[in-house]
Amino acid sequence: MVGSKVKDSTDGARRDVLVAPPVEVAAAHATDDDFDALESVISVRGLDFFYGKEQALFDNDVDIKRNRVTAIIGPSGCGKSTHIRTYNRIYELYRDHRATGEIVFDGKNILVPGTDVLDLRRRMGMIFQKPSPFPMSVFDNVAYGLRQHYKLSRSELADRVEDALRRSALWDEVKHKLGEPGIALSGGQQQRLCIARCIATEPDVVLMDEPASAIDPVATAKIEELMESLKKNYTIVIVTHNMQQAARVSDYTAFFYEGRIVEFGPTTQIFSNPREKQTEDYITGRFS
Amino acid sequence: MSTVELDMQRQTGPRRGAAEAAPRRGHRFGDPVFRVLTLVCGLLVTIAMFTLAGVLIYDSWPAIRELGFSFLTTVSWSPSSGSYGALSALAGTALTTIVAMVIAVPLAFVIALLLTELVPPSVARVIGTAVEMLAAIPSIIFGMWGLYVLVPFMQGTVVPAVTGSWLGDLPLIRPGATFQGGGFSILTAGLVLAVMVLPFITAFTRDVLLMVPRVTKEAGYGMGSTTWEVLRRISLRYALSGVVGAAFIGLGRALGETMAVAYLVGGEFLNVPSSLFDPGTTVASLIALQFGEAMTELDISALIAMGLVLFAITMVFQVLAQMWLKRAQRTAGGRA
Ligand SMILES: Nc1ncnc2c1ncn2[C@@H]1O[C@H](COP(=O)(O)OP(=O)(O)OP(=O)(O)O)[C@@H](O)[C@H]1O
Ligand SMILES: [Mg+2]
Repeated sequence: MVGSKVKDSTDGARRDVLVAPPVEVAAAHATDDDFDALESVISVRGLDFFYGKEQALFDNDVDIKRNRVTAIIGPSGCGKSTHIRTYNRIYELYRDHRATGEIVFDGKNILVPGTDVLDLRRRMGMIFQKPSPFPMSVFDNVAYGLRQHYKLSRSELADRVEDALRRSALWDEVKHKLGEPGIALSGGQQQRLCIARCIATEPDVVLMDEPASAIDPVATAKIEELMESLKKNYTIVIVTHNMQQAARVSDYTAFFYEGRIVEFGPTTQIFSNPREKQTEDYITGRFS
Repeated sequence: MSTVELDMQRQTGPRRGAAEAAPRRGHRFGDPVFRVLTLVCGLLVTIAMFTLAGVLIYDSWPAIRELGFSFLTTVSWSPSSGSYGALSALAGTALTTIVAMVIAVPLAFVIALLLTELVPPSVARVIGTAVEMLAAIPSIIFGMWGLYVLVPFMQGTVVPAVTGSWLGDLPLIRPGATFQGGGFSILTAGLVLAVMVLPFITAFTRDVLLMVPRVTKEAGYGMGSTTWEVLRRISLRYALSGVVGAAFIGLGRALGETMAVAYLVGGEFLNVPSSLFDPGTTVASLIALQFGEAMTELDISALIAMGLVLFAITMVFQVLAQMWLKRAQRTAGGRA
């Protein structure tokens, strides 16, 4: 199925909302989960977000389940990025950006002052839309977080770098160029390098903000495959504009509209039998 | 400087992903014209350079023939007694420049970091403008400020305090035979040079730091890095070749600065300064101050030879800077 749909995901960002091809849902996904029985890694309650005086998120509630892929979909500007950028408090880098409400992660509300943000960010890895390798070698990129957070011997470091690269399905492509600059890789490889860098430090959650929208279809297919294998060990939250992608890779889907979560549920249900009119309109392409 | 900028753009400019790359149309006419234009300008600059070097060599030839290599190894400059030596001036140039760079580079760097990373943008804009205005001040003003403010302050306060303390016995600080109170000295000239090159290095460093893509920095913070770690491990690497380029620009300026230094360095043409508090001279200020006194053809020719030496030194540093930048680019991102 991935093979046949690859073409659709080429358009990258925005096209899907215009053409609205029929969405197939991967049958294996999450249909037989008992949502309430699954452990929530992150529970968001009453999350509001402000850019200065401008409110961008309104009363978001959502539960992110362990070892599941949760997709966040919705039209451009609806607050998808804003939402996941609260999980690791990366928004704090900017003045005037403010979040209120609760994001309970590991039993604690991470929005309260006194949270160890550095550790939080290690545990909530983030992959950005644009591949963002650091200006250093492939090896050093992957070793970056390891050096940051752990004291490892040379050989341990090399082992863990290799392990992360293998799990990111990149090892075979880069094993002979570990010393070359990360930016010398192709876009898709760079994105997998970022994934390797992220999972090297063993986060609990991997947040992905349109990870495949800046790369080609083959690379996208690889990343989607990768997500399937990563979810065995990690919890994944992925923002995507591509509804085929959401349907393919995710177990749960949250539909955002104008800063609110209109509908949240199993991906199968959201795509086959949405409860809300707005959701249906969006996934059938009636509006963008 | 233009090469530095170009190089930097090549390094830090956006990398086109395979998906974005699209053929550009409509440059069929503009391109050749532009190419010819740049070629012509480039040629003109090159010709000007070689002409300049040629004239310097031609006019200094009498001195070179007469004095030979001893010009560079003779200490004192005293045409009236037949001594044409560049060594004291070379030593003074080296010392003042080192003082200036040792002070200006770290300071400029810290200011640039504050401006880009830590200070609110509105404040950064004000300070940034102030720094840029500092760069526009003519050097003679710095010379006068040094003369009326810094020299008395050094002579009256700093030098007595330092030489009186335990520091006073350290080499390079213990006053030498030519010591005259320390007001007019290598250190004073170096300090003023530092103030003069500071704005250049700061502005340039700030600009290269601003070119570090936001997403790269965010990715760094996203890995759980502190501001300092992102700076040191990511932004700096990104900006490194530019920062070094900035330092070289400052260095070039410090080497060649004439008037402000001529005012402050003390005009000691006979001896190599043995302390930062001793008076000295630099190649550029020696030329400026001695031209009026030049009597014979040899005097003038020897001064022009001084100019040739300065020219050669600046060229060597330029070439070194370019080589460094090239190398930095090749290994940019390589394993450190
Ligand atoms: N830095 C900012 N300052 C002010 N407003 C912002 C900022 N970033 C985003 N916004 C606003 O917040 C709202 C949500 O933006 P956000 O980037 O979260 O949307 P998105 O769903 O990720 O969109 P896209 O699909 O285009 O990435 C938008 O209305 C946007 O204009
Ligand atoms: Mg977004």
